[in-house]
Amino acid sequence: MSEIVSSESSSVYDADGPNEVVLPNGRFAPAPLPHELRRADIDPKAAKRAERQVANLFILAMLMALLFIVAYVAVDKDTVIALPVIGTMSLSNLLLGLTFGLSVFCIGAGAIHWAKKLMPDVEVVQSRHDMASSEQDRAEAVEIFQVGADESGFGSRTIIRRTLLGALALFPIPLIVILRDLWVTPPDSPSPSALLKETIWADGVRLVVDGTNRPIKPSDVPVGGLVNIIPANLEEVQKAEGNLNARAKASSLLIRMRPEEIRSQQGGTTEEPWDYQGILAFSKICTHVGCPISLYQQRTHHLLCPCHQSTFDLADSAKVVFGPAARRMPQLAITVDSEGYLVARHDFTEHVGPSFWEQGS
Amino acid sequence: MSAVVDAGGKAAGYLDDRLGIAKPAKGLLNKVFPDHWSFMLGEIALYSFIVLLLTGTYLTLWYKPSMTEVIYNGSYIPLNGVSMSEAFASTLNISFDVRGGLLMRQIHHWAALFFLVSITVHLMRVFFTGAFRKPRELNWVIGTGLLTLAILEGFAGYSLPDDLLSGTGLRIAQGIVLSIPIIGTWAQFLLFGGQFPGTDFIPRLFTVHVLLLPGIFLALIGAHLLMVFAQKHTQYPGPGRTNNNVVGFPLLPVYMAKAGGFFFIVFGVTALMSAFVTINPIWAFGPYTPDQVSAGSQPDWYMGWLDGAVRIFPNWETNIGAYSISWNVFIPTVVVPGIIFTLLGAYPFIERWVTGDNAEHNLLDRPRNAPTRTALGVMAITFYGMLWISGGNDIIATTFDLSINAITYSLRVLIFIVPPIAFVITKRICLSLQRRDNDKLLHGIESGNILRTPEGEFIEIHTPLPAKQQAVILSKHDVAPLAIETGYDENGVADPKRRSDRLRAKLSHWWYGDNIALPSRAELEAAQAHAAHDYHEQESVVDDYRNLEITSEPVLHSAAVGGHEENPHIKH
Repeated sequence: MSEIVSSESSSVYDADGPNEVVLPNGRFAPAPLPHELRRADIDPKAAKRAERQVANLFILAMLMALLFIVAYVAVDKDTVIALPVIGTMSLSNLLLGLTFGLSVFCIGAGAIHWAKKLMPDVEVVQSRHDMASSEQDRAEAVEIFQVGADESGFGSRTIIRRTLLGALALFPIPLIVILRDLWVTPPDSPSPSALLKETIWADGVRLVVDGTNRPIKPSDVPVGGLVNIIPANLEEVQKAEGNLNARAKASSLLIRMRPEEIRSQQGGTTEEPWDYQGILAFSKICTHVGCPISLYQQRTHHLLCPCHQSTFDLADSAKVVFGPAARRMPQLAITVDSEGYLVARHDFTEHVGPSFWEQGS
Repeated sequence: MSAVVDAGGKAAGYLDDRLGIAKPAKGLLNKVFPDHWSFMLGEIALYSFIVLLLTGTYLTLWYKPSMTEVIYNGSYIPLNGVSMSEAFASTLNISFDVRGGLLMRQIHHWAALFFLVSITVHLMRVFFTGAFRKPRELNWVIGTGLLTLAILEGFAGYSLPDDLLSGTGLRIAQGIVLSIPIIGTWAQFLLFGGQFPGTDFIPRLFTVHVLLLPGIFLALIGAHLLMVFAQKHTQYPGPGRTNNNVVGFPLLPVYMAKAGGFFFIVFGVTALMSAFVTINPIWAFGPYTPDQVSAGSQPDWYMGWLDGAVRIFPNWETNIGAYSISWNVFIPTVVVPGIIFTLLGAYPFIERWVTGDNAEHNLLDRPRNAPTRTALGVMAITFYGMLWISGGNDIIATTFDLSINAITYSLRVLIFIVPPIAFVITKRICLSLQRRDNDKLLHGIESGNILRTPEGEFIEIHTPLPAKQQAVILSKHDVAPLAIETGYDENGVADPKRRSDRLRAKLSHWWYGDNIALPSRAELEAAQAHAAHDYHEQESVVDDYRNLEITSEPVLHSAAVGGHEENPHIKH
């Protein structure tokens, strides 16, 4: 394959250059088009005008940078203004962004305008060379490598080679082992899977309204109603643990339907059902990937997760009726205590939240 | 002016005496870069990254990566007295009490979105023009790595404020980690320092976001750019452009001014966006708590496809004795992205194996001239688009008042049907465009000028294709597919590689089989002579019978005239 001959860096538009060039596919294609002059190339007035425009953009950039300081000092940070279309926003943010943005933008606009109007627009040709080195260079490099390798004795001194490879293979292990304490496990801690399976719900723990911590009497819950609930001791546990872990598992919800609407439940007997007079409690944490669920349709008794739309039928053991979740929402067995407040009868019997390897069936 | 140059010269002399910079600088400053708007896409990504480094540094001055619960007491009245993590409280502080803090936060977020958009579009440009071909395959792999890391970095970044939206994202991330068979449970406990949410994750994510990933980014972006420098930029076909030259402008002064100026444009536009358009209003979402979520939760756009995959995947879970595998989470969030990014990174090598093309390519392909590749690309984009739509299935359902169930069921089917259809349509369009190109070469282009012969016949004058377009069309590379061999020699001895060779040859036929070859040089010259003859004849017809003259050159942009009207370019 031949190639167009061009000096290391020359104009494409030489008058007596070739009028056809060879493309990689061996075809001939038309040679470069003649260069066209711009206004600023032939008209000194136009050139002067372009020069002024560029300078004006740079002046504007300076002005905007100074105005930024004025806005920073003069505008109260709490002032809010209403703009048409855009809506309400912080005046400080608007002015700081506007002045800073324009000051930066004008530098760029000036530079590009300068390049386009005043700097040479004659395209230049440089030749390329294959990336591969010459055969000779390759051979020499290989030879140097081989001599070096031989001199090191890496190939012949097997015991050194093997022990070195062994040492290199083992050296990352301490760096990996040390990661074990990313979770500083308390000495008496249950296994991760056991921790995932338990919540702080237990026999006699009161159901209280999330937000107000008010205990609930059955008469507080109307048919068709939904109440977000937490265990009465949650705030205490949260304070002691200093994190939201207990909340992330124990959050639940309460709904009430007419007892005859309940088609099935996850446990209980006819004498001791898991509901209380049609009041059912379920985990609020989706069994898919753990979003809290609270979209409840009282007519169908369907509970819909807003994240991935898994849908559960609360009247039928909260089984999955639609979406990517594989497991039903765990039900919390409830009853009332001696004072008539709703309490849990025990922890969930199925684990709350997303599935994991050791969950078992 | 000259004083500046003198001072610069002295400084350069000082440096050259000590570092010997003159020689490399000579080559660098003279280096020619081809010009095309689509080459700015990668530049936008680079400049967005610099903007991210600058603004991110500001944010670290006030942000507190801590999940310790505090009671907020600041300028944003609606949340006063509310319990929240220190991370969220400090983000409110940046937004409402630090002057210019909201601006920095918004520039940072907008720049992150631009970073991801420009990387994605840059990737498409490189793909559809075949810029990843030898010798640039390794740079494509680095680019794939950068895209993957950019998605992770974006996710890490928008999770740091610990607001309700991003906290929900972390909760989902926890579910994803738990779904990994065998190691998932332990991996989750190690990552979160115990149970979800714990108090370790945000500080750890912060280190990953501001130190680990940016460090890797700097190294990879450096390597990416060095390779572009060493290999010289590809160029689009055009007059005077060959595989062995590079036609464009030198770094100094034109590219220095243009590229340098463009950085300021990108920064300026991002700042102006942040002045006018609120992004990620974390104060409206509120602090994270594991028992709340808002309906219609949507991640940032570049995570949407993953979310979509999770939404439409069937609810498969397998129990084997005491163990469970959540296919419903593991496949769409780990397996599918793993396959997609592996295929993406491996693509140049797959294509090179199929085509057997071992040549260096510095002249870009026109997408139509690589119909199979272009169709594959459109198929991939369609697949991505279907996942993206799936990620908004609830929004579609509420906006258009459709059944969410019906939309989800349809998408489960459409994701397998629509991409192949897109493949076929794209390939047909490419081949039609190839035919059209050949027509233009052989018959020229319609001038819009109609002549009526004395016999009453109407002829439209065709003009030869302008040189620029000819050069572009003629850049096409016609390649014959590999021959399909039997795999046995004349003695009936089987070639051990016969199976892979036959597969490769068949794929090569699938790849190149439909190609519409360019006319040969002889055909082209004959056609041109014919056209010249026709044109001359038309001219003489007019001359002889009507004693008219035609303006020197029929022009492309002349108004088309109806057959019964006289040609406006014919003067009496």
